[in-house]
Amino acid sequence: MSEIKEVMFNSDRLATDEYLVNMGPQHPSTHGVLRMLVKLEGEKVLNIQPHIGYIHSGIEKMCEAISYPQIIHLTDRMDYLSAHMNNEAVALCVENALQVEVPERVKYIRTIMDELARLASHQLWWCVMGMDLGALTTFFYGLRDREMILDIFEETCGARLTVNYNLPGGVMFDIHPNFQKRVKDFVTYFRTKLPEYDQLLSGNVIFRERTEGIGHLSLADAIAYGVTGPSGRASGFSNDLRKHQPYSAYPLVKFNEIIDHRCDTLARYEVRMKEMYESLSIIEQLIDNIPEGDYAVKMKSVIKLPEGEFYQRVETARGEFGVYIVSDGKKNPYRVKFRSPGFSNLFALNKMAKGHKIADLVAIMSTLDLVIPDIDR
Amino acid sequence: MTQDELKAYLLDKFTSAENTSFDYLICLSGVDYPEYMEVVYHLESVSLRHVMVLKVRTKDRVSPAIDTVSDIWITAKYHEREVYDLLGVLFNNHTDLRRLFLEDGWGFPLRKDYVDEIRIVER
Repeated sequence: MSEIKEVMFNSDRLATDEYLVNMGPQHPSTHGVLRMLVKLEGEKVLNIQPHIGYIHSGIEKMCEAISYPQIIHLTDRMDYLSAHMNNEAVALCVENALQVEVPERVKYIRTIMDELARLASHQLWWCVMGMDLGALTTFFYGLRDREMILDIFEETCGARLTVNYNLPGGVMFDIHPNFQKRVKDFVTYFRTKLPEYDQLLSGNVIFRERTEGIGHLSLADAIAYGVTGPSGRASGFSNDLRKHQPYSAYPLVKFNEIIDHRCDTLARYEVRMKEMYESLSIIEQLIDNIPEGDYAVKMKSVIKLPEGEFYQRVETARGEFGVYIVSDGKKNPYRVKFRSPGFSNLFALNKMAKGHKIADLVAIMSTLDLVIPDIDR
Repeated sequence: MTQDELKAYLLDKFTSAENTSFDYLICLSGVDYPEYMEVVYHLESVSLRHVMVLKVRTKDRVSPAIDTVSDIWITAKYHEREVYDLLGVLFNNHTDLRRLFLEDGWGFPLRKDYVDEIRIVER
C-alpha cells in the first residue's frame, strides 16, 4: 500500500509513454467508416495514420464493364452530398468528347441544381460541425432547412439524395412546374435563416476558442497536398474551378471566389458560411431567366466515345472532382479514374492536427468535410 | 553533369522556373495498356493557371517500377499508393509503399488480366 502511495504521489517514478489509439472505423465524428491510428502523448496528437478502404466498392473497375450513361449512376454513390456535380462531371466529359453542345436551358438547370446541392451539402456540414463540437441544436436547425432543398430535388428529379439527374446531352426530366416558385421561396427563406446560423454558432465564445488558430495549414502545404475546395481556399489557395475553368452557366453569373488567408479551422468554417451566400446569389441570378427550349439533346441510344483520353474537372462542395476517361472506341470505357477531392484533403489531416489536442482533431476533421465513400470509391 | 544533377536541374526548371511552375498535382492515375503500363500525371500551375499532362511508360509487367514523385508533390505519396494497390506499379524511393484499399495478397484489380473471382464486373 505504501508503495502504491509513493508511486501515485511521487511523479518522478510515474513512467509516461506514447500510446496508440484507434479512432474509428465506427467513431461518430469520422462520419463514415474511416479509421485513424492516432499516436498520442497524453492528449497531444503526435501522428495520425489514416486507414481507408472499409467501403472500397471498386467503382473504377465496375465502370470498365458498363456504358457511359450507366457510369453516372455510380458517381452518385461516391460523394452523395455532391451527387449533382459528380453526375455533371461525367455528363460534361462525354459531351465534350462527342462535341455535343447542350441547350442553354440545360446549362441553367444544371447550374441551379449544382448550387442547391452545394447549399444542402454545406448545411449538413454545418449541422455536424456544431454537433461534433457539442452543440446539438445546430443539427436540428440545419436539417430543418436542408429538408426544403431535398423536397425540391424530389419533385424534379424523383430522388432526394442520389438524384441521377444529369445525362449525357442534358437532364433526365424537365423541371417541375413548381420548381421556380419553390426555389425562390427557399432562397428568400434561407436568407433570413443564415444570420440565425451565425448567431447560434459563429459568434459563440466556446466555438471560437475551439477553432481560432487550430489546425494551421499553410498555403504551400495546401498546394503540395492538393487540398482543394473551401478547405484549400481558407489557406489562400485560389482553386475555384467555377471561376478558373467555368462550365455550364457559370460564365454567365457574377459571384466571388471566397478566399481567406488565416489558414485555420475558423477560416475554413467562415469560407463555407460565406459560400452559402454566394450560392444563393448565383441561384437568384439564374432562376428567373431559365431560357425556353429542350431539356436534352437526342443522343444515340448506344453512346460510343472516340478513341482517346478525356478529362473533366468540376467544383463539388468538397473541392476539385475530376473524371479521366480512356476510351478505345467501344461502348464501355477502357479505364475510368475519378479524382476525388476528399482523397487528397484527408491526407493533409496529419499535417494540420499534429501538436493539437485530440478534441481539436475532431474540429479539424469537421472542417475538412470528409465523405468517406468519396475517398474509398 | 551526373544523372542526379540533371534530374535536379530539370526539376527546378519544371516546378519553380518562371514560365512553368507546375506546383499542383491534380491527379495521378495508372492505366494498363496491352503493351505497357502507364502512369499519368495531371499538373497545374497555381500562379500561371496552365495545365499539363505527363506520361511515364514501362514495358515490364512482372514488376513495373518507376521513380516516385512524392518528393516533389507530397500528395503523390498517397496517389502512388493507390496506383500500387490497384495496378501493382512499384515506385522507387517511395517511403511508405503499402496497400491502400485492399488487403495484402489480393491481386491488382485494375490490370486487364485480373481474374474477377468475386464477379464484380462479369455477371
